[in-house]
This record gives sequence, structure tokens and C-alpha cells, in this order.
Amino acid sequence: MTSAKPFDWRHTPGLSAYTALIFLFFYAPLLILVIYAFNSSRLVTVWAGFSFKWFVAVANNGAIRDAAFNSIIIAIVATIASTAIATAGALALERGRLRFGRSAATALIAMPLVVPEIVVAITTLIFFSGLGMHHGLINLMIAHTVFCIPFALLPIQARLRDMGGTLEEAGRDLYADEWRLFRRVTLPLLVPAISAGAIMAFVVSLDDFLISMMVSSAGSTTLPVYIYGMMRLGVTPEVNAISTILLAVSIVFVAAALLVGRRNKFA
Amino acid sequence: MGPNRTYLLIAPAMLVIGIFMVLPLFLAVAYSFMTANPYGGVTAPATFDAYLQFLYQRDFDDSLVFSPSYALIILRSIYLAIATTGICLVLGLPVAWYIVCQTPERRRVLLFAVTLPFWINTLIRTYCWILILRDEGLANGALRHAGIISDPLPLLYNDGSILLGLVYTFLPFMVLPIYSTLERIDPRLIEAAHDLYASRAAVFRRIVWPLARPGALAGATLVFAPALGSFLAPDLLGGGKKLLIGSLIQMQFTSSRNWPFGAALSTVVTVVVLTVFVIRSRKAQEERR
Amino acid sequence: MIDIQSVSKSFVTRDADPVHALNDVSLEIYDNEFFTLLGPSGCGKTTLLRLIAGFEAPSSGAIRIAGSDVAALPPQKRSVNTVFQSYALFPHMSVAENVAFGLEMQNAPKSLIDERVREALEMVRLEGFAARRPAQLSGGQQQRVAVARALAPKPSVLLLDEPLSALDLKLRKGMQSELKRLQRETGITFVLVTHDQEEALAMSDRIAVMRSGDVLQVGTPRDIYDNPQDRFVADFIGESNLLPGAALGRDPAKTIIVRPEHIVVSPVADGAKGHARGAVSAITFLGSDTLYEVVLEEGAKLHSRSRGGAALATGDRVVVDWARAVERELAN
Repeated sequence: MTSAKPFDWRHTPGLSAYTALIFLFFYAPLLILVIYAFNSSRLVTVWAGFSFKWFVAVANNGAIRDAAFNSIIIAIVATIASTAIATAGALALERGRLRFGRSAATALIAMPLVVPEIVVAITTLIFFSGLGMHHGLINLMIAHTVFCIPFALLPIQARLRDMGGTLEEAGRDLYADEWRLFRRVTLPLLVPAISAGAIMAFVVSLDDFLISMMVSSAGSTTLPVYIYGMMRLGVTPEVNAISTILLAVSIVFVAAALLVGRRNKFA
Repeated sequence: MGPNRTYLLIAPAMLVIGIFMVLPLFLAVAYSFMTANPYGGVTAPATFDAYLQFLYQRDFDDSLVFSPSYALIILRSIYLAIATTGICLVLGLPVAWYIVCQTPERRRVLLFAVTLPFWINTLIRTYCWILILRDEGLANGALRHAGIISDPLPLLYNDGSILLGLVYTFLPFMVLPIYSTLERIDPRLIEAAHDLYASRAAVFRRIVWPLARPGALAGATLVFAPALGSFLAPDLLGGGKKLLIGSLIQMQFTSSRNWPFGAALSTVVTVVVLTVFVIRSRKAQEERR
Repeated sequence: MIDIQSVSKSFVTRDADPVHALNDVSLEIYDNEFFTLLGPSGCGKTTLLRLIAGFEAPSSGAIRIAGSDVAALPPQKRSVNTVFQSYALFPHMSVAENVAFGLEMQNAPKSLIDERVREALEMVRLEGFAARRPAQLSGGQQQRVAVARALAPKPSVLLLDEPLSALDLKLRKGMQSELKRLQRETGITFVLVTHDQEEALAMSDRIAVMRSGDVLQVGTPRDIYDNPQDRFVADFIGESNLLPGAALGRDPAKTIIVRPEHIVVSPVADGAKGHARGAVSAITFLGSDTLYEVVLEEGAKLHSRSRGGAALATGDRVVVDWARAVERELAN
């Protein structure tokens, strides 16, 4: 039997069903987590009705609040520091004249993405303990700034590349000096990308587990490290609830980054 | 922008990453040649002991006894990382192709859906599978409810569950680079091939796959490297019994307190990963010629 | 106005020899003229424009604008404005803000800026569009904003880098006369870069024809059309027959250049003498004209273009003739 549909190479039979399955694979586990988080039964697998009580329990848990506070402080500092460093770096890479060392600089900035997290975690631990630096939160802020740099840099660099140099040439042609060119042309055009980069850095910092676990000390536990500790003790409704909160935060922020990043068209 | 200002702007990034990331890597290499301090950290004298530990064990009388258990963990880690890469490639390639074939509007939505998991905490994503796979979990519950089994299947804490966790974590890393290579294919190439009597399978084999290869190569590197050093999947889904390099390294800095051995392991992982990246960028350059 | 003295420019590339974009180019562009740099892509015309604007520095030679050497002046210090090929309108500013930008950067007083913006927008007939964003305009309107923005600071020279290439044919024709009008009204020297010979002939006071980094000929459009001093110029500007001297029984070291519209083709039977004999090998009907391809007995091939059509058919033996005054002779 032949299909009556005309041939369309963009439509491979069965492929959409296959892709749907892969997306189910991506998202069904997360959905299950969220559903369990709203289950009023302490026995996680038995549905006993919809309830917010585990979220209330999480909100009343002082240790979780402390860990969350640590995470947010670290993420804010790391975001500001890494975004500033990344903006400068992106401008240098895309607009500067690097006579030598461009590829070395690019490779160096990509290092935090290339080196496996566990290696970053233990080498940072070795470094801080070797220096005798035991500053808890400050150690974490430094470590987070380092691995947030490439995440903040990528959208800014991409935007500079997309823009090309013509708009800045036009500005120069119209008598703008370097500083006013940056203030009036380059920076306003970069704001969406810088915001997107900053949000990405914030999410990456907030979500980091492995490096934080190795670098943190008793007073500087971050939220993911605390959650990991809870998970090691077993599956509980509280873990489901706090995981769901962290999940929601990530999704909201990433969606925001996407929306801000798209405000490039100025239509 | 003059060279001076350029170097001034790039300097903070270079310094921060150089001091807090690259320098520690070298420090770790140095630590790997030291003697373990039982209270954490290292002491003199310098020794190769950490590397000997890969294959030998020091007996009570200080003689070296052949003991490949750590070497086996390394081999198993490499094997699981390769398997993860292969599975991700097979699963991801059709998805990337499907997305490329959609309208720009739908592409954006689908791409967002592929990217999103990357930004969600790996800890949480891995934990979800505990909910599904554990003895009282969703999968066993459903099978028992359907009357297929009476005792729960041991779905968790084996190589299969680790592999599942790794694929789940890293699949987006494969889809995205393949997508961005396929996206650049001129659709007229596909049409020209069909015009020249190629079937769908032939078009895929002769046009799509060869053009997708650089992306697949990039994806393979991006999956293999973090999979090799992964900690969460083996730790949470392997139950800490089935060790991989990642969890083995972590142990040396926590319960085992053998920093030199941990540093040696992490040096080996770094060398392997950097080698893979260098080979890949060489290959990518060759293909561009 | 602009004096270009032995300017060369080469670009260093990573893996190959340096690319020579301009070889020892000398040119003088007069006050108040519409000057065009014409040539195929890669001939160096855009590079020359960017040197004048100050985006690149010459490898050697000097550029003088209004008498003074501009080597040390960055673009923001040159009284030269550019209309970019892709317009390069600032997407985050309104039309008025775009046009005001140059004056603001020169720290002009607010009242002057407002007045000049209004003037400039009036000049390009976009009075009602001041508050719009560039993305809300059509291609032709964006083009006008780009022109207004470059004219508002009243530069001594306006550079136009293929400004019409993104417009469709009809709009292009309209903008050609528009630009010509603006040049006359403002009295500013315009330097246009284009690869379109028709556009160059239609708009320019003088044209410099360029190829691979060299200026081949400078002259008025008529001069260049009628007296090409180079085989390339003859071929690039309009269409030309380049006939080896030997094919016409003349000095074999010379090439004879004749425009197709000057060649008369008549049947041998008519008894005309002409410059050569041959056979019609192809006939192309072009509407108002007919194009004959003739293979001469000595082997060369030529095209003749004539109004209406003599009753000729492919294969007919013919005599080709033209007035000696319309041909040009060049050494090979």
C-alpha cells in the first residue's frame, strides 16, 4: 500500500514518535518528582492526595534555609564577578587586537568547561588547603566565579560576533570617541546578552554540587550539598519538595535568560 | 581597541582562571608524587607510590603485590564512558535530524526543550531515577501491580542503572552539536540527492551522516569527557558499591584520606580528557581543510 | 578635496602571502564632485574607501583631505561620513536619534542638532518617521536614514559603499537620481563605490575604473565609454569587441576595440567593402535590437548590435563595417 501523501524529505515516517519518546525520557522523571513532591503521604510511592505540606516542612527547616542563604549569597557574588570579568574578556576577544595568544586565551577560558568537574573540585580543594585558605564562603565564591566565567562569556561573545563591527564603525565614523562609543553603542546593544550571561552564571552557581561539596566546610554548606546529604539518608518527601523548588527556580531563570537574550531585535 | 587595552580587558579572566584553575591542576600533579598524610593532605618524601597503587598493593611487609582492582575501576570507567557516548550518539542523531527538519518556530521550542535539562541540577535529575528504579519505586510498583513480578527487580545499583543515569545526564550534549552542524546543511543538497534517485536511507548515509560527522565528533567529546569523571550517577545510582574513577577520586579526599592517590587519579583523568580534546580539535581542523 | 598619493595596502593573512589590495594608487578627487570607484569585487575599491574613512591605515603612501594629511586621524576625527552597505543603523535608537548621533558626538548644541535633524530628514523626505525604530522601516527608507545620518553633520566628503546594492531594481533607479540631487543640493563631495557600471555611468561626474588593486583609468563617463584606454575598461564598461589586428589585416601587435552598436553587418551580395568578411554564426533577438554573432574569415569572433534587423540568417556570408572614428586601437 502506498501512501497518498506527497514525498517530503523533511518528514521521515516514525521520527516524530521517536523524538516524542526521547523527550518523554527527558521530562517524565522530572514530572514524577514534582508529582511526588505534592503527595501528602510520607510513603512516597503511595498517592494519598494533593498537599503542600512538604513544602511547608522545607520552609520551616532552619538548616535548609541556612544552606539556601549560603547558596544565594555565593551565587550573587559569583554572578557579579564572573559577568564583569566575562564582559571584559569577550570585548577583548572579539574587538581587541591580540597580536599573540588569542588561541591560548580562548583555550584557557574554556578550561572550566573541559576539565571534568571532579578534577576541578579536588584540585581547588588541594589549592586552598595548600595555601592554608580556610575561609568557607569566600573560598566557594572564588571557586564559583572561576567556573561561571565561560558560561557568562559565551552569550556575550556570541552577541558581539553577531553584531559584527559595522555598527561600531558607523559610530566612530560619526565622531564618537572610544568611551562614548562604548556607552552609547556597544553597551546598549550588549545589555540583553550580558543579562542572559549573568542569569546563566547565577543558575550554574546555584546548581553546582560537586565543587561545592569538596570546597565547602561546616559553616558554608550550600543547598545542593545539603540536599545530597538528605538524599544519602534515603528518599523522603522533603527531598522531593526541595528538589522541586530548585528545579522550578532553574527553569524560571533559564526561561528568563532566553527571553531577555531574545530582546535583540529592537523591533 | 589598541593592544594595551585589549590585554588589560582579557587579563582578569586569564588571571582568575590561571590562578584558581590551572595552577591547582599543576599543584595536584605535584601532590600525586608525595606521601599521604593519614589526617589529610600530604607530607614528604616524594614518591611514585600513588601511581604504583594503580597496579600494586603494598603488603604488611612493605612488598608490592600485584592487585589490579584500581586498574579495573579505571578500565570500567572508560568502558562506561565509551558506552555512554555510543548510546548518546545513536539516540541523539535522529533527534537532531528531526529538529532540523522542523519549521524555525518549532525548532526554537524543541531546542529549548533539549537545552533545558542541561541547566537543571544534575543532582536532582539523577535523584529522579532513584524514585523510579528503587525497590519500592515506580517501575517495580507498576510491574508488581500488573502482576508481572512478585518480588522487586534489582533495577538500581548496577552498571545498567549507572549507564542509564549517564545517558540521561549527557544526551543533550550530543544532540546540540549535531544539530548545529546539520542546521548549516543547505536543504538543496538533500533535494539534489533525492533528485538524483537517492532513497531516504541513501540520503542519510551519503549526505546527512558525512555532513553531521564534525558535530557528532564534537558531541562525542562533550559526552565522553564529563562521563569519564562523573560522580553523581555512579554514586547515587551505583550505590557507591560500583566505583568509577569519579567516586574513587572523591573518596581519596574524604573517607580514605589518600590525597596523593586521588591527585594521581585526577591527573590521569585530566591527561586523558585533554588528549581527547586535542585529538578532536586536530581532527576538526583536518576536516575543515 | 581628496588627494591620494601612491597609496598601497596589503593585508597580512595567517597562512598565505600578504594580499595586495591596493598597488601604488594615486587619485585626485575634486571639490563638489560626484566621484565613483568602479570595479568588480576584489578590485580594492572598498579598501580605498575604508582608507579614506580612516577604518584602515595605508601600508604606504599618503591621503590628504582638504589639504592636510589625515594619516594620524582616526575616523571620529575626520570630516568624512560613510553610508554603509548594510546601512549600519543603530537598532536601539530611533530614526531621529540615529541622525542626531554624529552631531551629539561633536557636542553640537541641542537647538542646532534639532534643526539639522529636521533638515536632514526633510532632505531625504522622511519627515514623519523621526520616532520610528530602524526595524520598522522598509529597506529603501532605511537607506534614506543612513544617508540623512551621514549628511547631518555636514561632512566635507560623503562616502557611499555600494549603498544601493540591497535595493530592488526599481527602488535603485529612484535612489540614483535622489542621490545625484542630494549631491547637487548639498555641494558635498560624494565618493561612491559600486560594481554596477550602469549606475556609475548614470550618476558620476568622474569615474575611476579599478581592477586588482590598480586604477586603470579615470575620466568622465563619456570619456571612459568612448575612449577606453585599456582592454579591461573597454570590456567592463558596456560591451566591446576586442579584435586582434591580424584578423582585420592590420598590425598584429594591436587590438582593435569596437562597440557592437557601431558595427554594421550586410550581406556580401550587397557589394559593400567593409573591414572584414565572415559568416553569421548566431542571431539573438533582444527586443528593440538584434544581436549578430559573426565569425570572421581570419578566425576572430565579433558581435554586432543593430536596431530592427537586416534580413540575415545563420550561415549567411556577410561584410562587417564601421566608421574608423568609432574604433580604438590598443597595443596588445
